[in-house]
Amino acid sequence: MARTAKIEVKEQDPVASLQGFLKMLLRSGGIDGLLVAQHLPGKNAVMPTLVTDPEKLGGVDPLAPAFPINTAKVVSRLTRRPLGGQVAVVLRPCEIRAFVELVKFKQGRLEDVILVGIDCLGTYGNLDYARFVAENGGLASTALFYRDIVDAKGTAGDVPDLSPACKACEHPVPENADLLIGLLGVDPNDSLLLSAGTPKGNALLDRLGLPSREEPPGRKEAIAELVARRIAYRDRMFSETAEATSDMEKLTTYLSNCVNCYNCRVACPVCYCKECVFVTDVFDHEPSQYLRWAKRKGILKMPTDTIFYHLTRMAHMSTACIGCGQCSNACPNNVPVMELFRTVAACTQRAFTYEAGRSVEEDPPLSVFCEKEFSEVTGGKD
Amino acid sequence: MGDYEPTILAFVCNWCTYTAADLAGTSRLIQPSNVRMIRMMCTGMVDPKFVIKALLEGADAVLVSGCHPGDCHYINGNLKARRRIKLLKEILPRFGFDEMRLKMTWIGASEGIAFAETLREMVAEVRSLGPNKTRSLMVI
Repeated sequence: MARTAKIEVKEQDPVASLQGFLKMLLRSGGIDGLLVAQHLPGKNAVMPTLVTDPEKLGGVDPLAPAFPINTAKVVSRLTRRPLGGQVAVVLRPCEIRAFVELVKFKQGRLEDVILVGIDCLGTYGNLDYARFVAENGGLASTALFYRDIVDAKGTAGDVPDLSPACKACEHPVPENADLLIGLLGVDPNDSLLLSAGTPKGNALLDRLGLPSREEPPGRKEAIAELVARRIAYRDRMFSETAEATSDMEKLTTYLSNCVNCYNCRVACPVCYCKECVFVTDVFDHEPSQYLRWAKRKGILKMPTDTIFYHLTRMAHMSTACIGCGQCSNACPNNVPVMELFRTVAACTQRAFTYEAGRSVEEDPPLSVFCEKEFSEVTGGKD
Repeated sequence: MGDYEPTILAFVCNWCTYTAADLAGTSRLIQPSNVRMIRMMCTGMVDPKFVIKALLEGADAVLVSGCHPGDCHYINGNLKARRRIKLLKEILPRFGFDEMRLKMTWIGASEGIAFAETLREMVAEVRSLGPNKTRSLMVI
């Protein structure tokens, strides 16, 4: 049975209370560091920070609706070899799911980290976040965000819209977290839910000695309501994207602003290749080759290999796509790549009855095979 | 479209389907001339990129053919290939490629007749589909 406790919220300030909790967590012993999003001094930027000194948690704000990077990539860096200590990493649900995928690709280990997941109500794209915090600054803006989103269930004034990836995300509650911090179905101005999901989390919770509480009665309904809303948005997005890319001509139009910068691949937490083939000399074509290609149809779009790149990327990462939307966040030309990759990912993951990020026990579909399967591929013969 | 002849790119494994093709030839079986064969050591070496590139460059269809399950010279390369083709068959039809433009078969070294038959069938199928649109698209 999962143990649950509560984090008291004082003065209706969930951010400050969460800071207090994380400080206590770091002081409690048994943890050598904390990886958590923090406002950087001097600028309205939020980035993951690895903190070992509890006094250096002043700008900590894991609730900020900023999502500049999928932190799973950072956790992967921290854990690819033994870390020499235990670090609690505070992550969004999609970051945990991306990390689960990386663990399966042997690009991260669970041993040295305690996964602390927080219910995610969504984030802004990078540019929207910068606009959102311009007036009130980082911490105050986070408080505004929760007042608007949690209380009014809507947005007031000029508040920008959440990123499409977040609006289509059916996983607002962290899965596979050792420790879960719950916001949904609780009054974040009164207290936050803390619940242990694993023996590791249980042990930690025991050490902290927080007042225990039952899971709030409205939580399940609140989650179900949010998930239903997001699934409706997601399914609409799937059908619109499928329609917009249903043949090569449409796909070319869809991707016509792509400049082959490969930012979507750099930002993607589950694009697992250490060196992407598209930046190797395989694609340093001979200059005369371009001329030959051009002569075939009399015209050649430059840079070349745009569609080739995107289709290959789908073949590589779509079964591991967790839908965080960092690809769209990183795109300099607002190509709706998240919509495209997620739509294809939904279809390839379904084909292999696989769900990216669900479990470390499930093998990535392209890393295993069975003797008797998919006989339809070879005309019913196996 | 009457005189349209499809071009089919075939990735065949050295040990089974290539040998079957050889047998079909030495047995003087009549085979369509639409196929451009690429001999791989194993279908397990067929990178999905090869298939994607072929179709983008205007090949009308791609055939991947190797040993029957259990007969793979490298034990299970053909089974890995099957998953990759399955993956491509999920992705490519979403973008307008007819599923028939990608085919995978098992053809053993002794099956020269089956090889010739498979090609004839495939050419007929692909001919009825018409040319791959990427041939005429200005921008790819």
